[in-house]
Amino acid sequence: MQRQLANMKQTLFDQGYLDEQFIQLEELQDDANPNFVEEVVTLYYRDSARLIQNIEQALEKSPLDFSKLECLMHQFKGSSSSIGAKRVKSECTQFKEHCRVGNADGCKRTFQQLKKEYATLKKKVEVYFQFARQIGPVEKACRSK
Amino acid sequence: MGMAAADDQFHVLAVDDSLIDRKLIERLLKTSSFQVTTVDSGGKALEFLGWHGSERNMFNETSISPKNHQEVEVNLVITDYCMPGMTGYDLLKKIKESAFLRDIPVVIMSSENVPSRITRCLEEGAEEFFLKPMKLSDVNKLRPHMMRTKFKNEIEKPEKEEKEEIEEIITIGEADSDMEQLQTAQSLQQKNIDNDINNKRKSMDEVLSPDRTRPRYSDLTVMSN
Repeated sequence: MQRQLANMKQTLFDQGYLDEQFIQLEELQDDANPNFVEEVVTLYYRDSARLIQNIEQALEKSPLDFSKLECLMHQFKGSSSSIGAKRVKSECTQFKEHCRVGNADGCKRTFQQLKKEYATLKKKVEVYFQFARQIGPVEKACRSK
Repeated sequence: MGMAAADDQFHVLAVDDSLIDRKLIERLLKTSSFQVTTVDSGGKALEFLGWHGSERNMFNETSISPKNHQEVEVNLVITDYCMPGMTGYDLLKKIKESAFLRDIPVVIMSSENVPSRITRCLEEGAEEFFLKPMKLSDVNKLRPHMMRTKFKNEIEKPEKEEKEEIEEIITIGEADSDMEQLQTAQSLQQKNIDNDINNKRKSMDEVLSPDRTRPRYSDLTVMSN
């Protein structure tokens, strides 16, 4: 079961959803802080939901306020980077570049892509955590034998 | 001795407007056995540091020991660069311009590798510049800065207090006279400085070309009596 979990994680890495920063987070988790990674990821979801909403609203304005968009995306990029959300982060970088050159269509297109990547990541990570939670207590029971 | 309770534990003030990054840096610092306080803005950081502008004189008169400027001693400030309102650079400037805060080492973090930004911060007095996200290996580089400043503060105290302080800090050798103790402290400080230069060179190499050096250590010469 542990092997399955490890494989799951490896796939997430191989497919580029997560990067090394996620491992850094796991290394900060210990007996005293057993839910650290999940806590951080939960914060990330909350933060991202807020940012996505704000960006969506900003994208409906005409003309676009590129500097505001860039600022919002800078925050999104930062938090994505902090948890190791590699693909999402790269969409953020692209979006910022479109802002920089004032490409409104580029921004809108990239944002759709970003939302997709974010949704996929969220789903996959949820599955990963669910599985980890399930095998967690089983693992302990085995160890105590 | 009424000195700060946390002589073995350094206290770091972390400043970042991102909640996630605050949580991260807090965990990183606590894992390295530092005491941590996090705030979400430069303004709150200054407040915490006891920077009240004119009220600062009030602190001075009522303090018992010359070192006791703050209610809570802060050994290092680590701040994000990009923050709304007061940036990390602005905060750095305010700290370095303040007579009673300027000795606190300040470290800057940024998600962007912009050489001119890095140079500006170092020239303003930042000890180091880290790229986000921070790692444990980065946090390990903080301790020398805190130790160096702690030693510097101890050594520059007025003579009557010096003896007690040095006895507490120096565990190397069995120096009897004050002079010997002072010299031991000097060489220890020099070792810390040398280590620090090497550490800083290593981390700077990661973001800058190797030729950049910071002529910052000239003002850390120890006063001899």
